[in-house]
Amino acid sequence: MIDLRLPIGIFFILVGIIITIYALVSPTYIPNITEHINIDLYWGIVLLIFGVPMTLFGWIAEKKAKASSGDRPSDASNK
Amino acid sequence: MDTGLSFGHFVGALTVPTTIAVKHGPLLVMHPIDYAVLVVYLLFVVGIGVLTGRKQKTSEDFFLSGRSIPSWITGLAFISANLGALEVMGMATSGYEYGMITANYYWIGAIPAMVFMGVAMMRFFYGSKVRSVPEFLNKRYNEGTRFVNAITFAIFTPAISGISMYALALVLQDFLGLNFNVSVLISAAVVLVYTFLGGLTASIYNEVLQFFLIVFGVAPLTIIALIANHGWAHFKHWLKTHQRYAIYPKKVAAATTHKLHAVAASATHSMHAALHGGAATHTPATAVATAGVKLSGSQWLHTWAHMGGINNPLQISWPGVVLGLGFVLSFSYWCTNFLVVQRALAAKDLTAAQDTPLLAAFPKMLFPFIVILPGVLAIPLIPHLLPSGHGISPTKTFNNVMPLMMAKYYPAGLLGLGLTALMASFMSGMAGNVTAFNTVVTYDLYAAYIRPNAPDKHYLNFGRLMTVVGIIISVAFAYAVAGSRSIMGYTQNIFGVVNAPLISVFLLGMFASFTTPMGGFAGIIIGTLTSATLFVLRFPGLPMAHTFNNGTSGAFWCAVWSFCAGAAATIIVSLFTKNKPREQLVGLVYQLTPKPEAHDVPVWRRPLFIGIVALICTLILNLLFW
Repeated sequence: MIDLRLPIGIFFILVGIIITIYALVSPTYIPNITEHINIDLYWGIVLLIFGVPMTLFGWIAEKKAKASSGDRPSDASNK
Repeated sequence: MDTGLSFGHFVGALTVPTTIAVKHGPLLVMHPIDYAVLVVYLLFVVGIGVLTGRKQKTSEDFFLSGRSIPSWITGLAFISANLGALEVMGMATSGYEYGMITANYYWIGAIPAMVFMGVAMMRFFYGSKVRSVPEFLNKRYNEGTRFVNAITFAIFTPAISGISMYALALVLQDFLGLNFNVSVLISAAVVLVYTFLGGLTASIYNEVLQFFLIVFGVAPLTIIALIANHGWAHFKHWLKTHQRYAIYPKKVAAATTHKLHAVAASATHSMHAALHGGAATHTPATAVATAGVKLSGSQWLHTWAHMGGINNPLQISWPGVVLGLGFVLSFSYWCTNFLVVQRALAAKDLTAAQDTPLLAAFPKMLFPFIVILPGVLAIPLIPHLLPSGHGISPTKTFNNVMPLMMAKYYPAGLLGLGLTALMASFMSGMAGNVTAFNTVVTYDLYAAYIRPNAPDKHYLNFGRLMTVVGIIISVAFAYAVAGSRSIMGYTQNIFGVVNAPLISVFLLGMFASFTTPMGGFAGIIIGTLTSATLFVLRFPGLPMAHTFNNGTSGAFWCAVWSFCAGAAATIIVSLFTKNKPREQLVGLVYQLTPKPEAHDVPVWRRPLFIGIVALICTLILNLLFW
């Protein structure tokens, strides 16, 4: 089975990219407060900070599992 | 559903949602970017279903993930399966209505039970190699005990997920103007595709994705609410200088819809004053009678400080909370409900199974900060909110405080993430219910009574069929609730009633070797009957209608009494009936099960150590919000 960190990481990278690019192209501030905070930009970066290492660790684990067991599926490798 | 089950009694208001359409267009407008986030999410959950679907060769793969999943995944799924839409939105509602006292549903109402489950009980569930909780009851006691447990579980699980589906579709309709039928059918279809293809593995994998999505979609609300309140210190000061009315849940629930309507329509100003102090001296008597007693706003910041008596927002004292919620209801849910136990049974070995609830305890104890706190912080930000009822707009009820906060403070982009998180919470709850339902129906009803000894492939196919049936029942129930909303309250309450005394039978089964099959059967029957009788006797006009000062208090104390009745019945009948041969109880009962060899495991990796750390962290959180 695929290492779960891989799809989760890729999901948050994709969503992070979508929100970050949107925030850069058309800055939107938190409505109904006085401060001008481009929350989409900050939160998009937070999603990327979460997504990138998740993907990396998942990818490394997948590679290791494949190397150690030939083409055997890596059921127990995603710890 | 610590929440779901206990919560049903607790948030009486939640069980009477409003269906009034927003007349002046939807409150929330989704932009293309928000749809983009939603579409990416839908593609991923279906994709995970397709990926995991290839591995479903045997019934054990489908129902128990082939017992191959690492503990961090089962641990997060353990929390996520319980995080239905009702829980996520309902906790914010309770935060608004009762304040930080709601965190007791986590810090006393979940963590101790989860720790006990990992440290003491999991050894018997996982070690005995049972495939379901009813199957454990069959091994330890007899067929009758298993049947009672399996049939109640099979009836209520899809019903509960139907309620969750209804609640979400209603919010989407009220806030986005999304057609009720469309949202019900799309969300049901997506859950069907991935649970049908990938079984428990797809459900668990998606639950982990959904867990992170809920965290990242809802957490900004707390951050933004703190900014909007000009910081925590400023918020605390605001509460200290204002007074609020503690709403008696029983009185509000008992109030006629006409009365609620009258309060909302003619005394909005007074109610505002009643809820937020200020001009309270001008509050008409009718509104005060419906609303309750006035307390200092600072009480909404504490969990235990005001529980010496009933003069707190929840109107309940600490013994009821500790015994009823912290022990009986919480242990019955977290230690015996197959919905959560199934996640641990999917773990790859005993250590991973024991770690499942223990590792889950750590994120779980932090959840109040993202689901309850936004509701508490909304008190000054969105005043005027009322219990829901006929004549009260969806935008004026604290049942919708979470989507209302999102509508007020989330810009496009973040809004897509927030709404997708609500959708994810619904799906994780529903998939959890459906995968638990198909397993119990297949193993404990179909294979046990209708078609034993069939080839494994037959059970795999039957399980897939039951996945479809479970989802059809859920959808039907969502429409039944839409037709008559009182069904919702009754179902949640009755499920709580059925579940409440279960822990007595399990504890005596696992830790007292003298309890007999007939003892266990008597315990489950007498416990449930006691619980049901006490529930009915609390109806208006019946003898116990005024025994408790509110429904929550009644639910907690009646759970304690039904636990005692179930335990007494198990013990007394066991003294006069024949027990199973001792060799049949090995692996099921503490005294007869060899202790696991743990000398090669470092101390910090042992369940007891992790459990103690979790309890210490929870204690610290309790002290911080004492």
